[in-house]
Amino acid sequence: MFKALTKLLGNAVAAFGAITWFLLRILSQVPRALLRPGLVIHQIHNAGALSLVIIMTCGLFVGMVLGLQGYDMLERFGSESSLGSAAALALVKELGPVVAALLFAGRAGTALASEIGLMRATDQLVAMEIMAVDPFRHVVAPRFLGGVIALPLLTMIFIAIGIFGVQLVGVQQLGVDQGTFWSQMRGSVEVDDVMQGLIKGCVFGVACSLIAVYEGYVAEPTAEGVGRATTRTVVNSAVMTLILDYMITAVML
Amino acid sequence: MLNSSPTTPNLVEIRDVYYSVGGRDIFKGLTLNVPRGKITAIMGPSGTGKTTLLRLITGQIRPTRGQVLVDDQDVSKLSRRALYALRQRMGMLFQNGALLTDMSVFENVAFPVREHTDLPESLIRNLVLTKLQAVGLRGAYKLMPHELSGGMARRVALARAMVRDPHLLIYDEPFAGLDPISMGVILRLLRNVNDALAITSIVVSHDVDEIAQVADLSYILAGGKVVASGTPKALKEDQSGLVRQFMNGLPDGPVPFHYPADDYFKELLA
Ligand SMILES: Nc1ncnc2c1ncn2[C@@H]1O[C@H](COP(=O)(O)OP(=O)(O)OP(=O)(O)O)[C@@H](O)[C@H]1O
Ligand SMILES: [Mg+2]
Repeated sequence: MFKALTKLLGNAVAAFGAITWFLLRILSQVPRALLRPGLVIHQIHNAGALSLVIIMTCGLFVGMVLGLQGYDMLERFGSESSLGSAAALALVKELGPVVAALLFAGRAGTALASEIGLMRATDQLVAMEIMAVDPFRHVVAPRFLGGVIALPLLTMIFIAIGIFGVQLVGVQQLGVDQGTFWSQMRGSVEVDDVMQGLIKGCVFGVACSLIAVYEGYVAEPTAEGVGRATTRTVVNSAVMTLILDYMITAVML
Repeated sequence: MLNSSPTTPNLVEIRDVYYSVGGRDIFKGLTLNVPRGKITAIMGPSGTGKTTLLRLITGQIRPTRGQVLVDDQDVSKLSRRALYALRQRMGMLFQNGALLTDMSVFENVAFPVREHTDLPESLIRNLVLTKLQAVGLRGAYKLMPHELSGGMARRVALARAMVRDPHLLIYDEPFAGLDPISMGVILRLLRNVNDALAITSIVVSHDVDEIAQVADLSYILAGGKVVASGTPKALKEDQSGLVRQFMNGLPDGPVPFHYPADDYFKELLA
């Protein structure tokens, strides 16, 4: 029992060390990757375009559900007029960053991991090294940066469309007064709240992108290995996002 | 750096190298030399570690014991920076081509040039098209790697390996899967490139007859060691069992065709 526990702990520390070292190697190549912004911009576009449709669809539906549930709940206290502020706060501070990160990991993260894993399996990464090109500069760092920049943008889009969804259900369907809806929202959402959402978006962007490129890079160079890497990308990203979410919320509240 | 004024006659020296992976000894005291300006062939049965040897020479893996010297530098002791500097003067053709799948044929060949120089676009264009012409694929410059056959991909990879006029060119199975015409073209190219640019070439190949036409020196590896070496002609005339078996493609002889296994009949009847 004790042995198993120390082994588990040892593995966790080793994994943490490996991924930290990996992050440092990426960061050391970031300045040189930024010197050629073309690659990074291409990757922002790649990661962003991959997830955009799913982010917009899910944002709309999350917003509409929030409208229904929020109205039902607030109506019991006779305060359905504050639907605007309640829903906006929930979206900006929690639902937006977390759900966007989960969707991003499932869509763009898995694509990153399998792409890099396949490059490993077909000797492309080794070929680059033999050509004296560091794969961290040419492959890993641009993809990492692309994800880090894309996720906060996607988070903002998710929040905006989510609020539109709340408004659609709350104002158009359930009859909350339009003026009250918006003025309540403007009155209660503060800069700090928006900052918290943005910080979460950035932190989740780093975590999810790092996990995706790491799992792809260390994937076993076989078909099963690449498959396992994509699965682990989704699972690890989801767990990490929720853990980090708690930590950031606890610190910032 | 591979300097142009040779200090030793050998560009690559493998000295008493031991290497094992997954509990199996691949090399047990391997020693061989690759003379400058010559074409050296590495032959041997499948799975003896020819690709592994190339990985030692390019510094992808380190020997458990012994030294791998390239241009008098111990590859396993170089820093990443020094190793990359050394690799800038190497070109390698992979067994499966290893083209970058998100780039066209043209961009693949241009890749090492773009990464390491600031040549103007017009010059890069000429350089790339010249190399593609040499492997007979200038017309295919727009294609993506997934639109190429295996043999075409290998020829593009060859153009890429040569594009910066390296001092050391390494070929892993350059002839596998080529038709006789391409084979002849590549053989001549190999010889011409080597002579015109004073390159040193290492060729891993099973094609005994083809390689005998171009190689200046051949090594046959088996059991983790060099079992025979010499000019291809000398090896052809060598009457020792192993060399004869390998050079003439006989199933029976000192080299077992089968991976070690239990008795065939016992296993069938079990
Ligand atoms: N990662 C690894 N783990 C375990 N064994 C390995 C690994 N890589 C290679 N080997 C073993 O090393 C031996 C040599 O492999 P290598 O690829 O160098 O052979 P080769 O001579 O190039 O063969 P071929 O002519 O078929 O390409 C093989 O028997 C292989 O089983
Ligand atoms: Mg091989």
